[in-house]
Amino acid sequence: MAEFRLPANSKMTIGKLYQASENASRVKSFKVYRYDPDDEENPRIDTFQIDLDECGPMILDALIKIKNEVDTTLTFRRSCREGICGSCAMNIDGTNTLACLKPIDEVNGDVKIYPLPHMEVIKDLVPDLSNAYAQLESIEPWLKTKDTPTKDTERVQSIDDRAKLDGMWECVLCFSCSTSCPSYWWNGDKYLGPAILLQAYRWIADSRDDYAKERLDSLEDPFKLYRCHTIMNCTKTCPKGLNPAKAIAEIKKMMVLRQ
Amino acid sequence: MMGSKRPLSPHLQVYKPQLTSILSITHRASGIALSTGTFFVVGWLVALASGERYFDIAHYLASQWYGLIILTGYTWALSYHLCNGIRHLFWDAGYGFELTTVYRSGWATLVGSVFLTSAAWATGLLV
Repeated sequence: MAEFRLPANSKMTIGKLYQASENASRVKSFKVYRYDPDDEENPRIDTFQIDLDECGPMILDALIKIKNEVDTTLTFRRSCREGICGSCAMNIDGTNTLACLKPIDEVNGDVKIYPLPHMEVIKDLVPDLSNAYAQLESIEPWLKTKDTPTKDTERVQSIDDRAKLDGMWECVLCFSCSTSCPSYWWNGDKYLGPAILLQAYRWIADSRDDYAKERLDSLEDPFKLYRCHTIMNCTKTCPKGLNPAKAIAEIKKMMVLRQ
Repeated sequence: MMGSKRPLSPHLQVYKPQLTSILSITHRASGIALSTGTFFVVGWLVALASGERYFDIAHYLASQWYGLIILTGYTWALSYHLCNGIRHLFWDAGYGFELTTVYRSGWATLVGSVFLTSAAWATGLLV
């Protein structure tokens, strides 16, 4: 049964206020989720007032500025700062996205920043992704063939077959979609979620892969695939503009058509 | 760390309500409302079969303000569940997944459900 409220140890309290300097010209407040595993405290929301004239345009720029200049203990994942690595996924202004691709200008009023929803928090904005990665491994996201490859040649694929993978290979596995999905919130231990199912379909749809049948067999399960109720939060939130819901629908369709 | 229990990040508490999720939970809620409403339909039929006195009581209850609210709600739940059900059929066939289409069909479902409800009541009151 889904638990809609937060456990007692997860309820958030009001944290510290870091005020902008008096000569700041364009101040915006960033309300950031903080959790320190080394104390016994509940998570808290700290408010950082930032002068936008002294800050880069993206949410990630503000987070890096806070870490560099205000509170060096602020913890978050980031790497490429251009939407390719998928590290800085978090809940910004109520929806999941990549901090590096989200302009501060797009947020009206205070900027509220939380970790990806309904995940165990390791520290501040860093969720534990172990379960998601284990689920990725479970769908065997690599090319599987029945013949032995011939030496020194490629596995050729027609342009049309290659085009079928467009909209799937671009996924950076940031898990914004999976953690936007209420079904994944309530059944994340058994339901694979949109990110993993998109990857599953990426290999099912690959003309070079010989194991589509087995891949479908392993998804034929009341939870792994069919907890998707086409809520569409996944497609709505994907920072790369991909469509996990459509990929899931294609899998469901294949399940019916092969009977 | 031994004995430490990590907190769960906020979900429903912070996630922005949007057309996608609102229509989805409304589909479920209207389904539950329809199941519950079926008991009222059965009650009405039982009253009908039990004779004029009981049917008059049922008719009286249904025409009170609370009865009318329940009946209107039931009509809307039926209309909404029907419209959104058709939307789901298109999805099951693999159509209508582009985000612009999802929003268009979503608003169409809402408008359609209000239209069907109004049409049903207009027909009922005028005829």
